[in-house]
Amino acid sequence: METDKKQEVHTHKIGIYLWIWGLLFVFSFFSYMVDYMNYQGLLRWSLILFFMFAKAGFIMAIFMHLYWERWAIVNVLLWPMTAIAVFVGIMVAESQYTFFTRMFYFVVGS
Amino acid sequence: MSQFDLSKLPQGKKGFMHDWGSDQRAFKGVPWGKAMMWIFLLSDTFIFSCFLISLMTARASTTVAWPYPSEVFGLTVFGTSVPLLLIAIMTFVLITSSGTMAIAVKYGYEKNRKLCGWFLLATAIGGLTFVGMQAFEWSKLIFHDGVRPWGNPFGAEQFGAFFFMITGFHGTHVSIGVIFLFIFSRKVFRGDFDTGRRGYFTSMKSDYEAIEILGLYWHFVDLVWVFIFAFFYLW
Repeated sequence: METDKKQEVHTHKIGIYLWIWGLLFVFSFFSYMVDYMNYQGLLRWSLILFFMFAKAGFIMAIFMHLYWERWAIVNVLLWPMTAIAVFVGIMVAESQYTFFTRMFYFVVGS
Repeated sequence: MSQFDLSKLPQGKKGFMHDWGSDQRAFKGVPWGKAMMWIFLLSDTFIFSCFLISLMTARASTTVAWPYPSEVFGLTVFGTSVPLLLIAIMTFVLITSSGTMAIAVKYGYEKNRKLCGWFLLATAIGGLTFVGMQAFEWSKLIFHDGVRPWGNPFGAEQFGAFFFMITGFHGTHVSIGVIFLFIFSRKVFRGDFDTGRRGYFTSMKSDYEAIEILGLYWHFVDLVWVFIFAFFYLW
């Protein structure tokens, strides 16, 4: 009885894994094409980020079963990511400042 | 595993309040090993984030041109140079092994000993292929192109240090994963999870939940590669 219930919770039809597998291949192919077609600038960055988050989302949701987990653990895992986003924001500002001071002193001199 | 019926507990937001407000355990229906693996992966996420954020900082703040990965990692095949070819193949190999791992976990829960073992073995071989290609990539960069942590012929000097640090740390994760995949495929083939044979190091009984925990680790390695591929190789 207990094992029956556990199987119900954990196993899924093989089709969903094959589908996600295929999707990951397609997304990887497209993100490689971004480089192959030599897209540059904003188009390149937004496409890279889109395919990256799509792949990461599918891996976490389906392969790592997060989609079927209870919110108690999903929230514990996903909220800390906001700290990373904040850190990225801080370091973008910091590196721009560093770049500016470097340019300024390299050009103006000591 | 559990003394409660998961389907009777409140779901979604209410379930979140219920689980965290309850006594004894917050992660209902999650075996302790799996919860601990998730916590470990969360901490690992922060380590890799710090690496990639420092890469961003170095690359955005240097006044010297950053080496263009598309050319640095290009390969010449039959006289034509293809950008990022090896990296693309490595990406596909790792995704393939992630797919076989997901299927191994599925067969593990269905207690299909043979198929679970074979898919685990396929995953291990995929990981080994990845590490092998990475070794090729490293030796090409070190011996052929002369990339060093303190300098390289392509541009900004920090490039080498970040390359070796980030891909090296990821490669270490893959290698450790491969070792565990081989060990666990042997355990599955031997039927350890069916007979309740005790582990060599832990001397504890285990079951196919161990395969899902190993699967979490392996998918995480693939997940990290998704970000490295985007930020180091494609950006």
